[in-house]
Amino acid sequence: MADALFVGLSILTVGSAIISLESRELLYGGIALAVSLLGIAGFFIILDAPFVAMFQIAVYVGAVAVLVIFTVMLVRSPNTVTKRETVKRKVAGIALGLAFLALIGSLIGNSVISQLGFSDTVPVVEIKEIGRELLTYYSPVLIVLAFTLAGSIIGALALARREDIEEKNEPA
Amino acid sequence: MNQPSDFLIVAAVLISIGIYGIVVKRNALRLIFSIELIANAVNLVIVAFSRMLPNPQGQVFVLFSIAISAAEVAVGLGIMIIAYRFYKDIDVTEYKNLKN
Repeated sequence: MADALFVGLSILTVGSAIISLESRELLYGGIALAVSLLGIAGFFIILDAPFVAMFQIAVYVGAVAVLVIFTVMLVRSPNTVTKRETVKRKVAGIALGLAFLALIGSLIGNSVISQLGFSDTVPVVEIKEIGRELLTYYSPVLIVLAFTLAGSIIGALALARREDIEEKNEPA
Repeated sequence: MNQPSDFLIVAAVLISIGIYGIVVKRNALRLIFSIELIANAVNLVIVAFSRMLPNPQGQVFVLFSIAISAAEVAVGLGIMIIAYRFYKDIDVTEYKNLKN
């Protein structure tokens, strides 16, 4: 059975995930999303993956949450408050979510995964080993990933450029 | 002691919350929140299976996945900002120029 730390982290993660979608103010939703991602990092630490947990905190809680909060600040206030949703759509969303949950729950309950356990005897994966995997077998993936990140950053900058201001600043 | 299925159930709950958000919400930022929740739940599943096998390659895949979804958020927020500049709204039902 699950222990107390796991139950606490699950409540934190799922609860703040719900708050992030249902809060009235968008800014509080962004902060709740950061808390939820922090809970996922806690799960990674339980699963003996401290390097992934640190990466998760650095990228999601550090970068993505701050990016979201800055975007909320750029958008003016009447748009950051939730408009009323139609009841029909809300019922459809809850039904779809519950149907997915029932499907996956019955799959997990009936499959062999429910009898498998974590083995306690295996040594913890060392960070050195992850680094070696990244730089040897997965090095082409790492290079492609670097190009993807660079392309997306340049694309985001090009999207957010304002032409009207630029013409004013540059003397012909 | 935790079982692998406990982590899978938490991930399934997070994914269904994300599906609910994608179906119901019409605010562009909330849609991005939902996508983030689903991506994180999938990362949790991969790390749980990587711990169960045990195999360190799952953690390497999760590192790639986190980096890709950070790039996706950057581009998504950029698109959202430029759409806000055109329409003065971040409600996706207002974006109607591509219809007809």
